[in-house]
Amino acid sequence: MVHGEAWTLKELFVYPNEYIYWSVQIVMYPFMTGLVAGAFVLSSLYHVFGIKQLKDMARFSLVFSFALLLVAPVPLQLHLQQPLRGINVFMTPHFTSAIAAFGIVFSTYAAIVASELWFVYRRYFIETVLSLRGKADKGFFEKIRQGIFSLLTLGSYDVSEKALKADEKAVKILAGVGIPVACFLHGYAGFIFGSVKANALWMTPLMPVIFIMSAIVSGIALCMLTYIAVMEIRKFLVSSRRQALSRPQAREELKGAEIQVISITAKYLLLFLVFAISLELLDLVFRGYTAVKSWDVLRSVIYGRDFFDIFILQYGVGNLVPLMLFLVPGLTIKRAVVGTLLVLFGVFMMRWNVVIGGQSFSLTFAGYMHYHLPIVPHNLETFKEGLGGALTVAAMPFFLFWIMNKIFPVFGYNK
Amino acid sequence: MITRRDFLKYTLKGAAGLAVPVAALEIAAPGKLFAGKYDPSGVRWVFLVDTLKCVGCGLCVKACKLENEIPYDANVTRTWVERYVLTKDGRVSADTPKGARDGFLTEKVELGQGKYRDIKKEEIEKAFFVPKLCNQCQNPPCVQVCPVGATYQTPDGVVLIDRKWCIGCGYCIMACPYGVRFFHPVYHVAEKCNFCYHRITKGMNTACVDACPFGARKIGNMKDPNDPVAKIIASERVGVLKEEYGTKPQVYYIGLSKEVR
Amino acid sequence: MSNHVLRPLFVVAVLVFLGLLARHFIVPKDFGIGRTGYMYGWHRKSNVEDWKAVKVKYRTAEYCKDCHSDKIDLIMTSPHAIINCENCHGPAVDHPDDPPKLPIDRSRELCLRCHFPLPYPTSGRGKIRGINPELHNPGQACSTCHNPHKPELSIQ
Ligand code: HEC
Ligand code: HEC
Ligand code: HEC
Ligand code: HEC
Repeated sequence: MVHGEAWTLKELFVYPNEYIYWSVQIVMYPFMTGLVAGAFVLSSLYHVFGIKQLKDMARFSLVFSFALLLVAPVPLQLHLQQPLRGINVFMTPHFTSAIAAFGIVFSTYAAIVASELWFVYRRYFIETVLSLRGKADKGFFEKIRQGIFSLLTLGSYDVSEKALKADEKAVKILAGVGIPVACFLHGYAGFIFGSVKANALWMTPLMPVIFIMSAIVSGIALCMLTYIAVMEIRKFLVSSRRQALSRPQAREELKGAEIQVISITAKYLLLFLVFAISLELLDLVFRGYTAVKSWDVLRSVIYGRDFFDIFILQYGVGNLVPLMLFLVPGLTIKRAVVGTLLVLFGVFMMRWNVVIGGQSFSLTFAGYMHYHLPIVPHNLETFKEGLGGALTVAAMPFFLFWIMNKIFPVFGYNK
Repeated sequence: MITRRDFLKYTLKGAAGLAVPVAALEIAAPGKLFAGKYDPSGVRWVFLVDTLKCVGCGLCVKACKLENEIPYDANVTRTWVERYVLTKDGRVSADTPKGARDGFLTEKVELGQGKYRDIKKEEIEKAFFVPKLCNQCQNPPCVQVCPVGATYQTPDGVVLIDRKWCIGCGYCIMACPYGVRFFHPVYHVAEKCNFCYHRITKGMNTACVDACPFGARKIGNMKDPNDPVAKIIASERVGVLKEEYGTKPQVYYIGLSKEVR
Repeated sequence: MSNHVLRPLFVVAVLVFLGLLARHFIVPKDFGIGRTGYMYGWHRKSNVEDWKAVKVKYRTAEYCKDCHSDKIDLIMTSPHAIINCENCHGPAVDHPDDPPKLPIDRSRELCLRCHFPLPYPTSGRGKIRGINPELHNPGQACSTCHNPHKPELSIQ
């Protein structure tokens, strides 16, 4: 079986070698990098611009951004026909390719986020090591824990006033440098598509900008959502524990998600959402107005075959409804949850409509291809590039976050 | 009664007929010019397709698949033949069933998903076949986008793929406006026509050129002023596919029509 | 600034060094920029030789000449002179060693590639005499009546 044949249905005149080669994993890839970039930008709003209301959110979104970052290359890896050779991108990069830039940009960005995390958590690492060192009879896990944390201190145990000041300054600088790099990381994901001149739907210089905007939107939405979820779960756990011990707790610890934090964040979400929608509409209007050779087939895809996916699911359910949910005054946590979920769905649909939509018409402009997402896998390929693979990728950052939360406690630790 | 004109015609035809056996065996192979050690510097491979001569037998596709070991029943192919049928109502129907590996064994035009359009003889305004293959572009967008340097242009103008280095990301497939690239079903790396590089560098023709009974396909060396193909491209009216992409394709077509995609 | 600030940078430097070291061992020695420049010529040089070494399978009619000259002489006098032997018999590869005998394709589809009647006035196809396979002796191999190497004899 030829790669792509399992999920491609051809209609009318299509070249014999054309299939939907870029499937759901390539939808996940810009979706995930988008979340990385968005989460990081959100955390930088506090660190760089000193938006105090976002303080709680900032540390959380930084850690989450790192978890997402580690997952971002996974969809790429999963869709490669030669996964073991993925390393070649680092070995012999060909920089005239947008994908080759991935190696460099991604590593730079990872280094920045990791360093920033280190500066934020340095004091905590040191304190942990010191307290473990003081302990007399250590268990096996405590020894391992001490090992890991000593490594994480990178051999510096300086927690003087001066050193901590330096930390803060470093965080600020890294967060500042990180913003353009995050935007670049995602902008170039847009460039990967926007620069393919063979694809009539993808080729537009607006693509990178559209990608960055929707990336920030989705990143903020995910951080809000996870923040709410984590805070509520903690509240639930603490209160049930308290009931079990029947011991009164300090009010501080019972705190759920705070609506001020949410509504401030929502303002930024709205801002970027409006940018994203405007740019996408501009692109659409421009294509219709200039109506070059490819417009006939594009129109039949946009207003015909993919109408439901684009106008109902993406713009309607994914953009318009959350826009209204957030604009109506008196935002509640419940409404924010619904709104952010819809925003995430909308951004996912936007990625879908770009990646799959861009391949749903033939290079002949006289034929179409339908993508049938493999739901029940019958081999590795249909798992990787099917629902299972997509869900695996979607679940990974949460799993990683759970592990990382053990090393970088996001909540409950205060400087 | 035989006129002088007819007499001349017949004699000429007869002479041409006698010449056929020799000519058929000595098919002009441009590579012969540099028999022995192959030196790519004096060469720029180009291809000439005469769509007026193509009858859609698909023998080129068959030969290509067998010569280049593309699994015979896999629905991908390095070269293919398209059929265009224009009916009097102005509609264009086009198809290429299995890339025309078995030729066109029905007058019905394939519409995909098991559907066909039945076209009556009287409805046909014009109909023709167009062979397709890699254009070995002067500015190959597929090479530009390869992230690892697994596909490249040789000094003699052919774009090759390194099967040991390709990571299989599919970016080159996306970048090609002509849809000539695909994943090899066995090696799982990008694959496409390379003008039978193993043949042309030995002084032979490509498998499809040798297979074509009608002379619809020819390969030549653009850098050789005496090359018959180069001469035709230089002196006759030829077209290329999808010029607007700026790829500078090097497969030239005689008798191209605006309907050709 | 206190000395700890640069430590992440050292870590990065070590990682970069390890990456370069790995590159030194993994990247083939002949990988580099070819004559077509970095944009179009960034590749592993020996790959060109890999491609040149691919086995030739179609040997052309000239190759058959020494052993099957009778067939060649025959076909050269017929309208099928233009058709290369291997189009009907498949690639010779190392025939007669491997395969010792070339397969003979007697299917009607082989002939119908050219003789299925397609009434295309503006193409060479319209000029080849076609037969309707459903009416022209259905079920029988064409070669029972026509010699594929000299088809116009009508009946062998
Ligand atoms: C070195 C001599 C040689 C060459 C060159 C050669 N053949 Fe043969 N061929 C043979 C021999 C020997 C046989 C086996 C005859 C037999 O066993 O009846 C054979 C058998 C065949 C058969 C099968 C005959 C049958 O009765 O089944 C075909 C078809 C054939 N050759 C075609 C070709 C073609 C086409 C070429 C050129 C591409 C070619 N041969 C080149 C020697 C040769
Ligand atoms: C149009 C297709 C076609 C072409 C072209 C063709 N052959 Fe054949 N050939 C056949 C078929 C069909 C048979 C089987 C005839 C039969 O059933 O008796 C055959 C039989 C043969 C045989 C073995 C049977 C015999 O009669 O001895 C040989 C040897 C052979 N061909 C050689 C050649 C050579 C050499 C050429 C090139 C000059 C050639 N053929 C070109 C179709 C073709
Ligand atoms: C590559 C295309 C092609 C294939 C394959 C092909 N032929 Fe032909 N055939 C021709 C051409 C061209 C002519 C000459 C034009 C014409 O007579 O219509 C011809 C002529 C003929 C004629 C008429 C000869 C005459 O002058 O009366 C017969 C009979 C024939 N072929 C039978 C066959 C058979 C049987 C096969 C299969 C073994 C076959 N052809 C395969 C192209 C082909
Ligand atoms: C039973 C014997 C027989 C078989 C089998 C047979 N033919 Fe014929 N064919 C003939 C005879 C007899 C003629 C000449 C008389 C005629 O025109 O009908 C002929 C004529 C032809 C002609 C020339 C038609 C014309 O308009 O002059 C072609 C082409 C042809 N056959 C191709 C084929 C093909 C292709 C096949 C296999 C699919 C085939 N034949 C099978 C007996 C046969």
